[in-house]
Amino acid sequence: MECQPIIEVKDLYVNFYTYAGIVKAIDGVSFKICRGETYCLVGETGCGKSVTARSLTRLVPPPGRIEKGVILYYPEPGGKPINIMELSEEELRKIRGSEISYVFQDPNTSLDPLYTIGYQIAETMHAHGTVASIKEGIRKAVHILKMVLMPDPETRVKNYPHELSGGMKQRAVIGTSLSNNPKLLIADEPTTALDATVQDQIMDLLRKLRRDRNLTILLITHNMGLVAEMCDRVAVMYAGRIVEEADVYELFNNPLHPYTKALLRAVPNPLKRVEKLESIPGTVPNLIYPPPGCRFHPRCPMVMEICREKRPPEINVKPGHRVACWLYAEKRGE
Amino acid sequence: MPQPLVKVVDLKKYFPVKGVFRVKGWVRAVDGVSFEIMKGQTLGLVGESGCGKTTVGKLVLRLLEPTSGEVYYNGENIYKLKGSKLKEFRRKAQMVFQDPYSSLNPRMTVFDIIYEPVKVYKLKVSDPEKFIVDLLYKVGLNESHLYRYPHEFSGGQRQRIAIARILALNPEFIVLDEPTSALDVSVQAQILNLLKDLQAKYNLTYLFISHDLGVVRYMSDWIAVMYLGQIVEFGPAEEVFEKPLHPYTKALFSAIPIPDPELTRKREKLKAPGEPPSPINPPPGCRFHPRCPFRMDKCSREEPEMIMVEDKHWVKCHLYTKK
Repeated sequence: MECQPIIEVKDLYVNFYTYAGIVKAIDGVSFKICRGETYCLVGETGCGKSVTARSLTRLVPPPGRIEKGVILYYPEPGGKPINIMELSEEELRKIRGSEISYVFQDPNTSLDPLYTIGYQIAETMHAHGTVASIKEGIRKAVHILKMVLMPDPETRVKNYPHELSGGMKQRAVIGTSLSNNPKLLIADEPTTALDATVQDQIMDLLRKLRRDRNLTILLITHNMGLVAEMCDRVAVMYAGRIVEEADVYELFNNPLHPYTKALLRAVPNPLKRVEKLESIPGTVPNLIYPPPGCRFHPRCPMVMEICREKRPPEINVKPGHRVACWLYAEKRGE
Repeated sequence: MPQPLVKVVDLKKYFPVKGVFRVKGWVRAVDGVSFEIMKGQTLGLVGESGCGKTTVGKLVLRLLEPTSGEVYYNGENIYKLKGSKLKEFRRKAQMVFQDPYSSLNPRMTVFDIIYEPVKVYKLKVSDPEKFIVDLLYKVGLNESHLYRYPHEFSGGQRQRIAIARILALNPEFIVLDEPTSALDVSVQAQILNLLKDLQAKYNLTYLFISHDLGVVRYMSDWIAVMYLGQIVEFGPAEEVFEKPLHPYTKALFSAIPIPDPELTRKREKLKAPGEPPSPINPPPGCRFHPRCPFRMDKCSREEPEMIMVEDKHWVKCHLYTKK
């Protein structure tokens, strides 16, 4: 299948200016997402997956700053791209929430406790001119709640967030995000705050919406199980960089980067009895003083001299499978 | 027949829901839970949030007084213990909490944190510094960490300090309440392996509370699955994972994404619609019946008994009561 990009990120750098020093949170990240696919960014706490997602519409909160990079958004398939980095605040606001929208981790902080969920959905549509009045918006909100499979939508539309369960709140948030028919939905750990059976229901919903509405989804998660279940292509992030990107089957069957390999072996699988889990020694580095060269080298079992000194290049091992590791550069004689 | 180290009999804990002048109702957090743990083994207690697993953990250590029911430790009822015997029980039975960021006092050094319980129990230690350095080595830290404060450590290291603090008392039984859910996967594996090694070395008995089935399978010899304050299935870990019986256990297992794209997309899933209801007014009969795909008439009327279906594999479900 030919990749029709919907968004393309080139060489993104984001720093956070804190009292302790400059945190180099994103350090040269490039990737593109194809239309209609579910793309995953996976990694541990602090690896920069959320910051990357927020950068796509320049939502990085201060003291964070996008230092450089190009973010191209393609509103139409094959059409001319818009460079998000060059848009004014005003133009950006038109894209956020209508073309590209977000679902964040905790539905309690995404919803305003003082308004009914119907009003909140209506307000989002009103702000983008999808409906002429809040009243019309509230009527439409019932359909939106139906679409996200909210039980009893006619009553729920008049409920306040505290009257809903966690799963229903997240459905309402997803409804709000989809109310303006976005083309790209960015779901940042959408089910981390929810229980397993409810998480499964929300994932079913995302799959259904993707199919019915030809939605493109960027899923951010730390859960390797969810990656396996939901995604078409995956990028593994470590300490502000993408270390490996591949098709989901390829990544799980043929992981190349030592970090990806170790991560996959460290996750206990409930379907298999394992005698001993392999752990990764050490902890994630401090990004104020990141290790030179490859950022994984202090924890890498395969570390070589060059890893400590020079940043590894991104190598396309196969079409669609790239890895940033010196182990694979050598074999190609680079 | 060897005696179980911990034996729990029909344990109940109701919390009052207070109105303005009177009690409006009761949260039935734990409602008739029974199980046994043999010495040196691990019981994994799984269930979704609010099912009462943490309350069970606290009851078993007598950190909470039950509404009714008994817990026997080495054959003695812990709710009847007094004086020095109670103190001895409290030394032997310990707990590791979920969040290592709030379970360590930020104003104390590692030395003080680990030495505190030694002082409380007036244990005889000739060289405190050496004693604590030995403990630090047991959990994978070293003497350079001795006089540092908790904020200087990562989550995994903090959990190691919390474990060292418990080891100072030479415990027998440890309740581990989601000890790794605040940690990243790479660090989680380190802590799980540490806990397994310590268990083998000191013949420790664990009650391992978690919602992560992968972790529970890795750690446990026995599994108890909880739903709304009750144990719905109990058995040897391998049995329960290979052949789950209760519809809730099946639904819970199928809801967990498996880190293998081929397997996770192909397998058959049993869906439980809706969400767990409130434990204030739990559904009558079987508590799972409103969400159960195999619901029968009987399920909304009669509460099923816990019955043994196969050797040591218990289930609380009407589907199996006929057999």
